[in-house]
Amino acid sequence: MTDTQSFPRIAPVGIAGLLVSFADRLSEPANRAALAFRAAIEAAPPDGIEEVSTSLTSTFLRFDPLHLDHASLTAHLDALLKAQDWTRADLPGGRRHFRIPCVFGTDLAPQFDEAAQAAGLTAQAAIDSLTAARPRVLTIGFAPGQPYTGQLGPEWDIPRQTALTPRVPEGALVVAIRQLIIFSAPTQTGWRHIGQTAFRCFRPEADDPFALRPGDEISLRAITPAELDRIRAEDQTGQGGAEVEVIR
Amino acid sequence: MTRALIVHRAGPQVTVQDRGRPGLLGQGLSQGGAADPIALAEGAALLRQPASHAALEMAGLGGSFEVTQDTRIALTGAPMQVSIDGQAVAWNASHLLRAGERLEIGAAARGNYGYLHLGGGVATEVVLGARAAHLAAGIGRALRPGDRLPLGDETRAEVGLTLDPEPRFAGGTVRFTRSMQTGLFAPEMLVRFQATAFQRDARGNRMGARLEFDGDPFAASGQLSILSEVIVPGDIQMTGDGTPFVLLGECQTTGGYPRIGTVIPADLPRVAQAGPGVALRFEVIDLDAGLEAQRRHVAALAKLPATIRPLLRDPAQMQDLLSYQLISGAISAHDDHLNGD
Repeated sequence: MTDTQSFPRIAPVGIAGLLVSFADRLSEPANRAALAFRAAIEAAPPDGIEEVSTSLTSTFLRFDPLHLDHASLTAHLDALLKAQDWTRADLPGGRRHFRIPCVFGTDLAPQFDEAAQAAGLTAQAAIDSLTAARPRVLTIGFAPGQPYTGQLGPEWDIPRQTALTPRVPEGALVVAIRQLIIFSAPTQTGWRHIGQTAFRCFRPEADDPFALRPGDEISLRAITPAELDRIRAEDQTGQGGAEVEVIR
Repeated sequence: MTRALIVHRAGPQVTVQDRGRPGLLGQGLSQGGAADPIALAEGAALLRQPASHAALEMAGLGGSFEVTQDTRIALTGAPMQVSIDGQAVAWNASHLLRAGERLEIGAAARGNYGYLHLGGGVATEVVLGARAAHLAAGIGRALRPGDRLPLGDETRAEVGLTLDPEPRFAGGTVRFTRSMQTGLFAPEMLVRFQATAFQRDARGNRMGARLEFDGDPFAASGQLSILSEVIVPGDIQMTGDGTPFVLLGECQTTGGYPRIGTVIPADLPRVAQAGPGVALRFEVIDLDAGLEAQRRHVAALAKLPATIRPLLRDPAQMQDLLSYQLISGAISAHDDHLNGD
């Protein structure tokens, strides 16, 4: 069944949630719209809103349905949607660029060669492509602090594997469907493990436990396994040797 | 010296739980907290303390515990074999555990998650606004022998109280509402889903319950190309092999598997507490019916403290009555609920 309803659209999520979707495929404008719409709601939340978050192309609102009824909230959201073209909204303020050291391939990231081949690139061309890219954090999700970043060039539109890799470690860089993720915890995955960083996305012991925010950008700096060992030995912060600059 | 609970032995998944960490979805952290929030509220009502206090959640199997000073306890959720210094005591009730006595909690007779509540609550470190272990996120861990958990202050002494728990340990019908992706499932699939008898797979955990059934797999159209989208507890997702999975409090925050609907909060404990082999059925209800159920659920939880009664009053609990008297005989100085009764 194809859903022909146009975007943006509002749909229920359980009895206490509404989802405002801007697209059913990932695109930069839809991601931008979701982030800006979330910020607008958070700036002036109707009474009864308990939480606002974003996924890749949508804004989610959790609310107390016994305090704020669906019809009123839907009307409020409708009016807000019509107030401006959200796909052309500004990106969030205070965005940062993280330049993160990463070992590509070797036995630390055993699926690099396979992924490069799937992208139709030599190993060196794949490293050049990945280190030249500056993908944006599109959303944080699945696991605490875990960034979905994109989009890479169309050559990286490689599917997830059908079989899952049983376990890739924290800090693993994985790729699929033009996106890169740095895993915030060891996990099984269908994405291919192409790099290894010492960057910790989730630092529960820190004052600011979630390292990245939607809108931040990342880039990768190729290092050797020996350098990664040195970074791990010296780094107490979880930053994994990353350099951070504010985007102006 | 601070009061403490000493763990001498613990089942494989005994964790500290409270109401979890709402509000961090956008950071990728699901709310977590007690798998059976009703049990949390019942324990708080029995001890007449705030429902925000942390308790021990015991998945399937309890453990052996001791306190360093006399402490009120309450037992709720999945009924488990329980004794104090070898003497059986009642479940769904509050008791005094004296310093040095051994509290032994065995296997669940029905259901999955039993709860041990302590007067003053478990006072372990607060991380991101809660004490709940979130195993999937690496916050906290399962308890181990030798663990010593600090307990909060308390001034109350009332024990020997009981309540009638809302039935939720024998499966039955679970209500759900349509959700953002229900339309991706063909109408006849939704009908078949409601006509199917499911059993909870023994592999379930705090993240979700996998449901086994006989029949063809359930699938949505365009299932493989669905964009990852927000997940809320109660979502019924169809995994790649067409098996439903009801997501619980510690689920991931986003997922790419389609959801046929969302179990209403009032019925989610029934899923969490369905033991292996217990039959579950699903029934779609409209939003208004879901909201009415929520209204009743919230009202019932708010009314819990008013339903608490002395353990002595129920002649059907003669076994428990005997054990109660043994204990209360030793604690009469504290037993203020009997005065004027």
